[in-house]
Amino acid sequence: MNIHEYQAKAILKSYGVAVLEGYLVEAVNQLETQARKIQTDVAVVKAQIHAGGRGKAGGVKVVDSLNACIEIGTEMLGKPLVTHQTGPNGQKIRKIYIEEGCEIESEFYMSMVLDRTTSKVMIIASKEGGMDIEEVAKRSSNSILKITIDPLIGIRAFHIRILTESFGLSTDLMPKLEKIVKGMYTCFVEKDLNLVEINPFVLSKEGQLIVLDAKMNFDDNALFRHADIERLRDFDEEDSKEIEASSVGLSYVALEGEIGCLVNGAGLAMATMDAIHYAGGRPANFLDVGGSASAEMVSKALDIILSDEHVKGVFINIFGGIMHCNTIAEGIIQATKSLSRSVPIVVRLEGTNVADGKRLLDHSGLDIISADTMDEGAEKIVSLIKGEEAIA
Amino acid sequence: MSIWVNRETRLVVQGITGLAARYHTEQMKAYGTNIVAGVTPGKGGTKVMAIPVYNTMREAVRETQANTSVIYVPAPFAADAIIEAIDAKIDLVVCITEHIPVQDMVKVKYYLKDSSTRLIGPNCPGIITPDQAKIGIMPGHIHKKGTIGIVSRSGTLTYEAVSVVSNAGLGQSTAVGIGGDPINGTDFIDVLKAFNEDSETEAVIMIGEIGGDAEENAATWIKANMKKPVVGFISGKTAPKGKRMGHAGAIISGNSGTADSKITAMESAGIAVAERLSDIIPKLQVALEKH
Repeated sequence: MNIHEYQAKAILKSYGVAVLEGYLVEAVNQLETQARKIQTDVAVVKAQIHAGGRGKAGGVKVVDSLNACIEIGTEMLGKPLVTHQTGPNGQKIRKIYIEEGCEIESEFYMSMVLDRTTSKVMIIASKEGGMDIEEVAKRSSNSILKITIDPLIGIRAFHIRILTESFGLSTDLMPKLEKIVKGMYTCFVEKDLNLVEINPFVLSKEGQLIVLDAKMNFDDNALFRHADIERLRDFDEEDSKEIEASSVGLSYVALEGEIGCLVNGAGLAMATMDAIHYAGGRPANFLDVGGSASAEMVSKALDIILSDEHVKGVFINIFGGIMHCNTIAEGIIQATKSLSRSVPIVVRLEGTNVADGKRLLDHSGLDIISADTMDEGAEKIVSLIKGEEAIA
Repeated sequence: MSIWVNRETRLVVQGITGLAARYHTEQMKAYGTNIVAGVTPGKGGTKVMAIPVYNTMREAVRETQANTSVIYVPAPFAADAIIEAIDAKIDLVVCITEHIPVQDMVKVKYYLKDSSTRLIGPNCPGIITPDQAKIGIMPGHIHKKGTIGIVSRSGTLTYEAVSVVSNAGLGQSTAVGIGGDPINGTDFIDVLKAFNEDSETEAVIMIGEIGGDAEENAATWIKANMKKPVVGFISGKTAPKGKRMGHAGAIISGNSGTADSKITAMESAGIAVAERLSDIIPKLQVALEKH
């Protein structure tokens, strides 16, 4: 789960990490009240959307007066912001954050991620802040410092010395840096983060170390023990069909093709998408009904798939292991009977209780085409859709 | 021969009184797996399908000499169950549970390091040696005794590979699902090493997916050490970047973890990579003939 910059900063602040004072605005009529709270000569108006690349897209603007602040804020609110991560339609700006300004001496990069190779938290730091870290890595990988933190040892003084040196900071800033790094690490562990990224992390002309932008991603599997974090979820930033799917325990990702996929298991779902591509079609979605799906969930999954108007056909590929094919068949029959619109459906069932499942489908009296293998099913649905297109 | 599980396996089911665990205990038992105990805190002294239930793993091991455990405990408690099994000095722990928080697995991995326990999973279908022991949630009937070792990061995709092999008249020595989570116990290399040394395994099928660098590392190991032919398959070739595809592990960021980087690494290590799952068999036949 992702959260907004202003939320991430509030969390970091509660861990003793230095951030600038800022105020949230959700409607134009709140602008003046919030903007008047700014104590500095300049302020920064920042669009709050989850996607990155806001700065380059015009979503972060420096203003030097109350009027300019209100003007820019009014302009931003309600407008879509198109960044390299939002897709061509952009993301509507529903919230802006007005932050006090600071004079920057130098900019750095610092993040913490969970490293798969060592199964430990890793600090990634670079002297080159304010730009895409992947670009920095491509250009000169040795300008990136990586420190693996042992869970039993935690953050030690020598880690801070290494970081101080790599940022080129004077040693009298070490206590300030230590407070920030320890705060970030404690937060990472306590709140079950996957990622916290500070870019840029800056040294101000007054000699303060400040978190200027913050991105946080939480482990969805750990949200059950963080009710406070779960409340920060912003549904406006997520795909409505993905939200609907996750509320019933389905894993759904919207894509741009025309063939809906309903599959059990993530690996098989990806392989099914590949098989559709191989057969010359394009999948409209990734959808994993998971291990313990019920007939109701399959029915719900079909509804979600067909609510995407680009879907011209559906390929259901189920290999029952933990799931029973007869349960799936019941779900398909139930859902097909009450579908909002009729599209070709190809079903491939295999595994536990497969004979029962196939018998139910064959005797349903519905127009469902069966396939014996995944590759055959993919070919069938693609040729069916191509056939419909030819007739149309 | 086979790897890790066989007729000698003495299995304890952790969380045996749960609904899914009962169902799978019945299935495993029907397949012929030697289940000696169950553990559910607070349910000690009861029985499930004539299997004695204990309150703790130590007690179960002491009373039944169990050497292998399978975990069907809900995600918030699953890491504790693994740690308890390690503490009880179980040789092999198979964790089926999905959605375990990553930070919990950080602790498990740490505790595992100083033990002699092997962990398979979490978030995996389990391990099966056909006609000997089925430990997990895979449908037993699709398997067939044979000489092909199968290792995969996915659940249902493992079943696909297994049935492709069985339908072609070949069979499996052992099939292992290592799970799709970013942090897991046994990795590709551990399984490949075991297959390499197993006299019954003639060739290996390795099923990978996008995300992480486990397939690339396995390819490096295979190039230097593997004596037997390996056929590979990667799922997620057409998945969009930066999107999480169900498995916590299956997320591509930047250029690392892409299907292309994995396939290139595997092919340069001499692995025949099948474009479609149904192409695995012809690739396997060519590899076996050449060998």
